[in-house]
Amino acid sequence: MSENEHLDEVVQEFLVESYENLDQLDRDLVELEKDPTSSDRLASVFRTIHTIKGTCGFLAFEKLEGVAHVGENLLTRLRDGRLVLNADITSGLLAMVDAIRTMLAIIEDTAGDGDNDYPELIARLTALQGDEKEGAATTTPETTGHAPEGRTDSDRSVEAAQNESSEDEALDAATVAAMEAGFAEEPTTDDSADVPSGDATSVAPPAESSPPAPPVVEPADDQPRTPGTTMSTTSTPETVVEATPAIEQPPEPGSSARGSGPSDDADGPAAETNSAETNAPPQSSLSDTTIRVDVGLLDKLMNLVGELVLARNQILQFNATQEDTAFVATSQRLNLITTELQEGVMKTRMQPIGNIWNKFPRVVRDVAIACGKQADVEMEGRETELDKTIIEAIKDPLTHAVRNAVDHGIESPEVREAAGKPPAGRLFMRAFHEGGQVNIEISDDGAGIDPEKIKRNALEKGILSNEQLSRLADREVLNLIFSPGFSTAEKVTNVSGRGVGMDVVKTNIEKIGGTVDIQSRIGHGTTLRIKIPLTLAIIPALIVTANQERYAIPQVSLLELVRLEADQATKAVETIHGTPVYRLRGNLLPLVDLRSTLGMDAARDQDPSFESDGASKEGTAETAPAERPAVNIVVLQADDRQFGLVVEGINDTEEIVVKPLGKQLKGITSFAGATIMGDGRVALILDVVGLAQKASVVSEVRDRALTEAHDHASENQKETQTLLLFGMGETGRMAIPLSMVDRLEEFTAASVEHSANQEVVQYRGRILPLVRLSHQLGVAADRSGDEVLQVVVFSDEERSVGLVVDRILDIVEDALEIRRDVKHEGLLGSAVIQGRVTDLVDVRSVIRQAISGCRDAAEAA
Amino acid sequence: MAETRQFSTFYLNGLFFGVEVETVQEVLRYQEMTHVPLAPHIVQGLINLRGQIVTAIDLRRRLKLEARSDNELPMNVVVRTDDGAVSLLVDEIGDVVEISDDAFEPPPETMTGVARDLIRGVYKLSDRLLLVLDTQRSVQADGHIE
Repeated sequence: MSENEHLDEVVQEFLVESYENLDQLDRDLVELEKDPTSSDRLASVFRTIHTIKGTCGFLAFEKLEGVAHVGENLLTRLRDGRLVLNADITSGLLAMVDAIRTMLAIIEDTAGDGDNDYPELIARLTALQGDEKEGAATTTPETTGHAPEGRTDSDRSVEAAQNESSEDEALDAATVAAMEAGFAEEPTTDDSADVPSGDATSVAPPAESSPPAPPVVEPADDQPRTPGTTMSTTSTPETVVEATPAIEQPPEPGSSARGSGPSDDADGPAAETNSAETNAPPQSSLSDTTIRVDVGLLDKLMNLVGELVLARNQILQFNATQEDTAFVATSQRLNLITTELQEGVMKTRMQPIGNIWNKFPRVVRDVAIACGKQADVEMEGRETELDKTIIEAIKDPLTHAVRNAVDHGIESPEVREAAGKPPAGRLFMRAFHEGGQVNIEISDDGAGIDPEKIKRNALEKGILSNEQLSRLADREVLNLIFSPGFSTAEKVTNVSGRGVGMDVVKTNIEKIGGTVDIQSRIGHGTTLRIKIPLTLAIIPALIVTANQERYAIPQVSLLELVRLEADQATKAVETIHGTPVYRLRGNLLPLVDLRSTLGMDAARDQDPSFESDGASKEGTAETAPAERPAVNIVVLQADDRQFGLVVEGINDTEEIVVKPLGKQLKGITSFAGATIMGDGRVALILDVVGLAQKASVVSEVRDRALTEAHDHASENQKETQTLLLFGMGETGRMAIPLSMVDRLEEFTAASVEHSANQEVVQYRGRILPLVRLSHQLGVAADRSGDEVLQVVVFSDEERSVGLVVDRILDIVEDALEIRRDVKHEGLLGSAVIQGRVTDLVDVRSVIRQAISGCRDAAEAA
Repeated sequence: MAETRQFSTFYLNGLFFGVEVETVQEVLRYQEMTHVPLAPHIVQGLINLRGQIVTAIDLRRRLKLEARSDNELPMNVVVRTDDGAVSLLVDEIGDVVEISDDAFEPPPETMTGVARDLIRGVYKLSDRLLLVLDTQRSVQADGHIE
């Protein structure tokens, strides 16, 4: 019984270790293909296969051993430099890795290694060796004479090796010796090697007799190796690598007290290797300080910590009503300890993203070969850590994205060369932490995505109508590739193009609270940007109320809180055709009412922010009923847009434990989950992105209004803007977007001083340079002699500039439509405002000119 | 001798329902619920079941029966489903009854509508009929979003 259990444990460890080794193998092989002469990597690959083979020999997984064995034979040739790694061999070896992986999975399920002998794979791997032999025979003159003999000998021993049921390391060493001997034209070694291979049917004895084999190998080894690139100094210890297990392992089946299982077994040879071969990577240095823990146990711990956090919250709430100082102190301590414990447990679940990235070089290679392309992978930030559940959740989407990038993004070598790019495409993966989130970018330097092509495709597939398409900005068009059933690939390939790729990526990422965005430049490549939360389990959140219910808003989306007192609110909240907005530091922040978005009896009639009367252009015109409450605005970030969520009350921030919603509620995008509050009641967690989509905040037009109005004053927009109207000269009317204006000031002409050939005034303890708009625009100013200067103050970054205008007329809100392009510097164009032609001033250019003009003048002086 | 089965019973608008006793995790008196805006009509809210968040489905709404009056507080029959525990809100909890399979009959052909989907059959008891509810279907909100 205990024997059995013990064995199970041994097998378990063997599996875990082998899986890890195979991942390493994938990586090494792909790397090796780029640099076939890297003896370190070859040694590492060889060691891995050797360890697997050795262990499964002991555990009696014959089929697995058979496959590993042929692979090892092939690797021996590579390692000895008699064969140079090429794509065929790499593919063969990778196929072997896959086969081993499949068999390991079977072992995991059934405790046996399955029924498949993989005869084809073995034949393929053997054939790859065969190719080499012929090649070697022609290229290495001294072997020609005896090569056929050697081959038959070694082949026979290979076959013998495969057929041996109770194979062990001795046989392996003997086989290798035999093969190598065959090449080295040493019939004597041939014979001596044959003997142990024949004897190998009886388990232990040949093992004892095999130690003579390595010395035989050594001299034979050096000969073919010298013409190769590996140095003989490395070859000697490698022989030790291979020979060591031969000595180490066979006694082990006999000694039943294999307490610590195969890991020790693997450590043995590795340690030996290290002593002999200093440049080999250390394999076991971490084994003393780390332990393997079942993920299920960690999950359980995490759940318990979640419960503890809830209990802590309850106690803290209770705490507030207590006067017993001892109790208060104890609960504070409990609070601290819980927080620390929570952090600690979270850390145990953190894993570097490199764990999943590691397989991508192989994925890229396979895809690239399948579509006849070349691609290199570069990675940055592979140590970036993520919660294990998230790592698992993004594994498939990332794989999809990577395959897509190679299949669709990177062009074929010919096309690339024609476009003046290197034939091999470059796939760049980057991961980094930012603001409590993890950003992952996958960029390729391929052809990019043509928005027109996407539009055509969307039209053909009937995803969107022509009219809908015409309203979309390029970026929104690009995001269409995330729609279900969409594929831009010209033809459906084996790899991708079935139109299930990108929408799966998006849904999977969004499922874990992440976002996906794509950017592309035609001819330069595409970047897929994924943002995901660090962890899903416990997050800080702001608790707000609406309709007497509490809702939690994840802190990551929270930017700031704005409270407008009732009297203030009526003025500060303006409406644009019924859409409420708030001016947050000059930018219009669209407001979304939580209650109406959630379909609760919309409170438009009692809330100052929701005058449904779109006709009131000024927004402030309506008289406010006295009982209007204060307005609480939670400024949120959804994707890269901001909006203000109007809530009834703002409570506090709290650490909440995210719990999933039942299947019946999964379809509601406005909620990310639920949590249990300190009083035991359930509160819903708002999904900020979902909410923004529901309230149609996430639309590019709004985005532009928010961010770019700043940069481009007003170029091509037709949307409503608040404008400051002022007069210049006798009848000239000009306008500036009010959002750019900092303040309106009046200065007496006497207060104007001069500094560096520039008019300045002292303003709020600073020196404010003045720019006379009339000078800049060359308009006759009729009031230059006036006592009082009307100054519009602009501030950007640190600098403030005062623009001197003739008279301030009005502030209007209007849908701007530029009627005439004015070819005058400093003007953007003209528009009809309040029934009169008004010039729109390009403030930035005016100020720039004025300042640089002064500077030039100052320098000239 | 025919097999017997145990049913956990409850009342809804005067009707006598039963679900297999193995599917019932527990029975609770009225629990405070958190309303879920935008949720399908049949979802009355969320309850906290010892740290687990459980969706409460109003069986009256699910079966298109007339709504419960405000002063009647529903009871919870928490059932295990493929997607975790779900609470079924019922008017009143009955006993666990053991019934012979002989008494079973499929629902009559004339029964139509939503009841046809959700009622698997009828057990003929001496004094009344026990309607067997399909819990798996009852907790599905699909197609009933209003």
